[in-house]
Amino acid sequence: MTAGSATSEAPGIRPAPRRVPLAWLGLLPFLLFSAGFLLLPIAFLVIGSFQTSTGEPTLENYSGLGDPYIVAAFWNSVTVSLISAVGGGIGGFLLAAAVVRGGLPRPLRTGLLTFSGVASNFAGVPLALAFVFTIGNNGLITLILKDVFGVSLKATGFTIYSQLGIALVYLYFQLPLMLLIVAPAIEGLRREWREAAENMGATGRQYWRHIAFPILLPTLLGTTILLFGNAFGAQATAFQLTGGTIPLVPVVIGAQIRGDVLRNQGLGYAMAMGMVLVMGVMILVYVWLRRRSERWLRS
Amino acid sequence: MTAAVTAPRRRRRWGSPWAWLIFLLGVSYFVIPLIATIEFSLRAAYKDPVTGEFIRPSLAAYELVLKDPKFVGGLLTSFRIALITIAVSLLLLVPTAYWVRLKVPRARPVVELITLMPFVIPPVVLVFGLIRIYAPPPLAFLNSTFGTEAVLVGAYVVLSFPYMYRAVDTGLSTIDLRTLTEAAQSLGAGWPRVLWSVIFPNLRGALLSGAFLTLAIVMGEYTIASFMGTKTFGPYLSLLGQNKAYEPAAGSIISFAITWAAMFAIVIIGRANRGRTQPAGAP
Repeated sequence: MTAGSATSEAPGIRPAPRRVPLAWLGLLPFLLFSAGFLLLPIAFLVIGSFQTSTGEPTLENYSGLGDPYIVAAFWNSVTVSLISAVGGGIGGFLLAAAVVRGGLPRPLRTGLLTFSGVASNFAGVPLALAFVFTIGNNGLITLILKDVFGVSLKATGFTIYSQLGIALVYLYFQLPLMLLIVAPAIEGLRREWREAAENMGATGRQYWRHIAFPILLPTLLGTTILLFGNAFGAQATAFQLTGGTIPLVPVVIGAQIRGDVLRNQGLGYAMAMGMVLVMGVMILVYVWLRRRSERWLRS
Repeated sequence: MTAAVTAPRRRRRWGSPWAWLIFLLGVSYFVIPLIATIEFSLRAAYKDPVTGEFIRPSLAAYELVLKDPKFVGGLLTSFRIALITIAVSLLLLVPTAYWVRLKVPRARPVVELITLMPFVIPPVVLVFGLIRIYAPPPLAFLNSTFGTEAVLVGAYVVLSFPYMYRAVDTGLSTIDLRTLTEAAQSLGAGWPRVLWSVIFPNLRGALLSGAFLTLAIVMGEYTIASFMGTKTFGPYLSLLGQNKAYEPAAGSIISFAITWAAMFAIVIIGRANRGRTQPAGAP
């Protein structure tokens, strides 16, 4: 398809029109591979989401998304993703500001950034388990609270197996990701801007409030949105933690793969599409905001 | 006025108390779960064979896990699949990125869009589609162990696209492709030879960092492997986590250690590489 459109435009632009389609052939292995393992599987879900179980075209599957159980799953997913994205966004920004502008010894900062590179990829089973060992029923912190301070974590109503608990676990990869993206942006703030502000009598707080923060805002918002998508797509961590007791969209889709729990195949496809749609919109907004922020930070 | 002048100087030497507070809070959040996991993994009791006494803390959980053939088998399977994934990913993406830069720059948006798609398609959705295509006939690859592993590698290569393509493309941008290619060709090298003997060696640093990142992702991957029913490390650790008390803690620590080793390798390679390419100068 793409190769065809290139051939039709090519003669006007390229001096050697015959070589253009041949050059596109070099991409064939990549395109075939992507088709087999990415494009066709997704196309299958797209088409399936518009079909009944007998193959008739329908929009019924999408209206099925209004089912209370599925609405609850989307709602849970959005809540968890939102808490972990906003928490990760604010926390990651503060951490980045502290290590970049707080005057901490340099090795600490390098160490934290290196750690973040690792931790931003920590997701899944080991991460969920680590938090169970920390603040699960027999976790280290749970026991210390009980034995040393006489506080029962259970009595406070907090459990790791709740929405808030899942969000707390997600922070482990959200904070580092935010830190990794925002730290260079804070570093990109020019010294002259600060000096100009100070020359006009601005205090440190005024400089952050009126200059640095507005310049960083698109980056901060954009990255927070990226974090939202990051949490929205995570399946393994949530599943390991809750075993499916709290329906999240990826967990419900997972259950649908194992057996027809929704009693309707097409509905599962529509749900998958809903998830891709949410992720797609998030990424587009992120790209747009990122372009805006580059205007200021380009050196 | 004097306060305004001295304050920044003092801050530079000792750091502001706020920065320290935030830093310490952050570090404790990161470190406490690791300590708790280590502590938990040491809670398993070791029974002294002579006296019959139970000794805690002990490394008994690690011993159990490392003697468990399924655990070690899962770890080795994951490692093997990670190596195959890296090889396939490199063989697919290096020639493609090279070709895009040299011959079909107009294809760049298409290729970039495809390599970024895994950011939008969550693994659970990808595996959903893969199972629907490759489980029923006529393409029932998932019925055999070999077929399942092949599809799993395919899925992991797709997951590696965003990281690997970016690593390769950044690496390519630092070398003068056209000159190198023409020099090699004028000495009689064909395309495979140009790629293998000239392009690959020049990209070593970039390729290694992409490779280790892929290794870290594949070693711990759970979602896709578990739905395909392969016996890799992630699903087995999950199973342990549901049935055993201390072994999964030991397993998690081992898994963290592998991820850490891979990621530190990236950092060290990144540094060594930066030192080497900078004096030569980018175009």
